[in-house]
Amino acid sequence: MYLHINGIEKSFKQERKNDLKVLDHIDLEIERGQFVSIVGPSGCGKSTLLYLIAGLEKPNAGEILVDGKAVKGPGPERVVVFQEDGLFPWLSVLDNVMYGLLIKGMDKKEAKAKAIEMLKLVHLSNYIESFPHQLSGGMKQRVAIARALVMEPDILLMDEPFAALDEQTRMVLHKELLELWNTLKITIVFITHNIREAVLLSEKVVVFATRPGKIKDIFTAKTTRDGITPDDVTLHLEQQILESLQGEIEKVLKEEMGDDYNFETNRVSRNIGGDMGSGI
Amino acid sequence: MRRIGFLVILAAIWEAGSRLSGLPAYMFPSLVQVGETLWQGILSGQITTAIGISLGRLLIGFTVAIILGLIFGYLIWRYKLVEDTLGFLVTALQSIPSIVWFPLAIIWFGLNDKAILFIVTIGATWTMTVSAASGFKNVPRLYQRVAKTFGSKGFHFIRTVILPASVPQLISGLRIAWAFAWRALMAGELLGAAGGLGHLLDMGRSLGQMDLVITIMIIIGVIGTIIDNFVFMKLEKNVQRKWGLSTN
Repeated sequence: MYLHINGIEKSFKQERKNDLKVLDHIDLEIERGQFVSIVGPSGCGKSTLLYLIAGLEKPNAGEILVDGKAVKGPGPERVVVFQEDGLFPWLSVLDNVMYGLLIKGMDKKEAKAKAIEMLKLVHLSNYIESFPHQLSGGMKQRVAIARALVMEPDILLMDEPFAALDEQTRMVLHKELLELWNTLKITIVFITHNIREAVLLSEKVVVFATRPGKIKDIFTAKTTRDGITPDDVTLHLEQQILESLQGEIEKVLKEEMGDDYNFETNRVSRNIGGDMGSGI
Repeated sequence: MRRIGFLVILAAIWEAGSRLSGLPAYMFPSLVQVGETLWQGILSGQITTAIGISLGRLLIGFTVAIILGLIFGYLIWRYKLVEDTLGFLVTALQSIPSIVWFPLAIIWFGLNDKAILFIVTIGATWTMTVSAASGFKNVPRLYQRVAKTFGSKGFHFIRTVILPASVPQLISGLRIAWAFAWRALMAGELLGAAGGLGHLLDMGRSLGQMDLVITIMIIIGVIGTIIDNFVFMKLEKNVQRKWGLSTN
């Protein structure tokens, strides 16, 4: 296995309360070149797991191995695309994309050529000299993806990268992301709360239980690598995942709204075609 | 245009007031008289040298204060211990007008340039420290995470993320620090130092030359406005345009 997540536990310290356990014994294996999605209700620790893989946080127990080597801290071979683009407003689009390459010690000319090439790949070659605030949300996220991919990472970690975008932009970016994945053949770990998005994009969908975060189910989706998966297949899978998630959703709702709240599972299941996953 | 009109009216009232009030010229000099003094001062080099000396002192003190402020700000941001100790002290020191240090400065350095520089520096350092610390503290976590995943660390991290990300706040810090330094300089020079605008002001007082006093006051105001408008406002606007922040 390429990415090896081994018995990870993570708690956060809370003032005047017991430590909050966000991840409880996570074991997960991801193959090289796989596109894996992690879905779960908000607050289930899925983002924390991503930050652990990135090396931005340290686990309380367990270890994460990439290609046999333990993750000790952040590094350019595991780049993160965040929900907000995180582009540096004081740098132009080109300088933003070149940022990581220059840290690597790449020659300025070479870095520039590479950055331009990558910006072409995300269809932004006309905006090289622009500053981030001049771009739309979708374009900014494209720059963020280009900035991550130009590093030629082994693993691309994506933390709800499209959650803040409108539906049309998201659809376009889904397609582009799959194209990029096909061309570059990298491993992608994709966090989302949108079941449809997870099913549409990934080969493997990991469902998280909440409080503390645990792996509840793992589903394997028909790969999208060789074309578009038929609707009935994805729909079926979506349904399965939603069922798996229902208990968790109820748990979260009860915690937020009080114990008398009852999440009517049947009604939601019947409406499934309508607003898949958007209620999570 | 409106501003020029306003100044012209103000000048007219002044001139008329001074002529009609019946007060002697040494108490309420007329505009013409002040203008003459200004012209004479510039011709003789008295005023221009004073401006040069004052600005030189200001520049040195201000620069030292900025560097110190950035270093202290960094330490406060970086180490919790420093924040709890030095950070607390700085807030207290900030509330002491810097001229209050003057008696000490005279004892330490003597009545000379060094004492003035000390006052100017100390006047601007604490404000700059506070602005720098809060600027660094407010750098979004997201930028720091992004930079770290790309492998930025140490001085590179400070230089390429922390400093540029806090530029908007640093500029307003510079502006306040500048104003503090300018005030401290005038107070210091007025109380005693050779050369400089403040010294000239004191000379005007002891010779009963109110025209000279008013001339210096005008020069002080003009220099302050020029620096604020042409240096800091411009810097601020440039950053705002580049970052796409609200532009007025």
